[in-house]
Amino acid sequence: MSTDVDSEGEFETSSGGFDTDSLTGVGLEWTHRTESLFHAVLFGASVLGVVVLAVLIVDVILDALTGLAIGLDPVTFLTQHYSNDSSQAGFLGAIVGSVLLLFFTFLFSFFLGVGTAVYLEEYAPNTRVTRLIEANLTNLAGVPSVVYGLLALGVFVNGLRMGPILLAGSIALALLVVPIVIVASQEALRSVPDGMRNGSLATGATRWQTVRGVVLPSAMPGIVTGTILALARAIGETAPLLMVGTVWGLRHTPGPFDRFGAMTTQIYQWAFLPETELNFLAAMGIAVLLAILLGMYGVAFLVRNKYERSY
Amino acid sequence: MAQTDSLITTDVSVTDRERTSRPDETVVRADGLEVHYGEERALTDVDIDIPERKVTAIIGPSGCGKSTFLRCVNRMNDQIDTCRIDGDLSFHGKNVYDDDVDPVALRRKIGMVFQKPNPFPKSIRDNVAYGLRVQGKTDDVDARVRQALEGAALWEEVEGQLDSSGLDLSGGQQQRLCIARAIAPDPEVLLMDEPTSALDPVAAAKIEDLIADLAREYTVIIVTHNMQQAARISDKTAVFLTGGELVEFDDTATIFEDPDDQRVEDYITGRFG
Ligand SMILES: Nc1ncnc2c1ncn2[C@@H]1O[C@H](COP(=O)(O)OP(=O)(O)O)[C@@H](O)[C@H]1O
Ligand SMILES: [Mg+2]
Repeated sequence: MSTDVDSEGEFETSSGGFDTDSLTGVGLEWTHRTESLFHAVLFGASVLGVVVLAVLIVDVILDALTGLAIGLDPVTFLTQHYSNDSSQAGFLGAIVGSVLLLFFTFLFSFFLGVGTAVYLEEYAPNTRVTRLIEANLTNLAGVPSVVYGLLALGVFVNGLRMGPILLAGSIALALLVVPIVIVASQEALRSVPDGMRNGSLATGATRWQTVRGVVLPSAMPGIVTGTILALARAIGETAPLLMVGTVWGLRHTPGPFDRFGAMTTQIYQWAFLPETELNFLAAMGIAVLLAILLGMYGVAFLVRNKYERSY
Repeated sequence: MAQTDSLITTDVSVTDRERTSRPDETVVRADGLEVHYGEERALTDVDIDIPERKVTAIIGPSGCGKSTFLRCVNRMNDQIDTCRIDGDLSFHGKNVYDDDVDPVALRRKIGMVFQKPNPFPKSIRDNVAYGLRVQGKTDDVDARVRQALEGAALWEEVEGQLDSSGLDLSGGQQQRLCIARAIAPDPEVLLMDEPTSALDPVAAAKIEDLIADLAREYTVIIVTHNMQQAARISDKTAVFLTGGELVEFDDTATIFEDPDDQRVEDYITGRFG
């Protein structure tokens, strides 16, 4: 349809020789069909991941339930230390080890990571060196975790003679996590509109007052979410801790300067041994680990939803 | 001059200046001001004397350097890596690009309102108090916040909700909040870069009304692409044309009724006609 204006300035519509049949979609059937096919393939691909994950989780839960059915006691499991007798064996030391590892990993990685991100985004001049550093941070975030374990073993455990203590383990995890925290924090800082910075500077704030008063608070939900997700990765790591040297069968609650183990290494040990009962213990351990991970993801999700805003 | 010394340190003392009326005293003066972004020239040899406590409008087609000029006055151009400034731009006779001028101190004398309202994701109170806090003017914060909100004609609308977020306000209210934020620390000059272009006509009219009041206390320099707006609210008008050239600067009435320069006349009649 076209619109014409006649001499009086009023509007009048006419088909003006326009072929309205061309709007019926004849000839588009094939295009629509391939479109639906693509849609189905993409949907299938996205569902596949979820299905595999669901199968794994169901399998673990079934094993854990079987463990309970054959008389493994969940209270014993959560309150006792490792024992060679599977009915007496518990996960307590491993849980405490993981929580402490997580705490120190957070301490070592958060301030370093956020500080680096703030420097790179808010202060660093846009030079070749800066861009080189940024590119390498992204690469570091992809380095296999066992490498960080070897690094911690060489530098901290042996080099600085820390020995295979919990702090050395958390240093290994912090090395692993720092690049991830930096990259996530950079993303969060970049999402703060420049209008905020300009508004602050134009009000007579210094650069640091602007960062502290406006930019960081606005970026904090993103930074916190990113950090939690990075820590969730850390708590699921096994290899770097094995490199540093964990206790095979943790019979005590480790402190920061003690030899240590973690949930993952304990699960690894149980799953490795031939007795099926121990495999059920491993499944119960995985269930606990998954519950904690789920909790962390939940917190990250809540932070993101509660504080996410549009400008 | 006393004011110039205080640009040099960031520690600006809080004095409510006695603002005696000295008609047409120049506050901001450009002398041979040239600005480049990399190789591209944005302002060409600009000379202008902007009078105290008047509304000076800057008009011209888009890309002619209006915002660039404004950002020279409070050195917000410092934020742009490629930006290079030659010539003089003085505030009370002191070249603001002298080595001993601290841009932070300068900006404490010269507030700015941007094209897109940019309130902080903070409460209304904290938005207005922000400048006071960063400038260390922490006495009587509540009274100053109220005064600034009244000055920005926003007090009555937000009186009961000072603790709710500035982002929850409408666009026009957000822009007045930004005006309140800019005037709360009591600057001398208020720079406004197309402050109504992102707003609906009713909200824009409110801000236009406000500008006349602001000029009683502040020197207002306002960029606008809306010539009717310039004609309505300004005492002086500067017309920039493509190439970053200041073509004519005079009383607003003269610019709109009897401009010297043919290009200005063409530009104005072209838009009005
Ligand atoms: N940050 C910048 N980097 C490079 N060039 C810029 C920048 N800001 C403005 N310019 C250029 O300077 C000229 C003037 O821009 P501007 O001052 O924004 O004009 P106006 O506000 O009158 O529309 C334009 O040609 C624009 O492309
Ligand atoms: Mg502009």
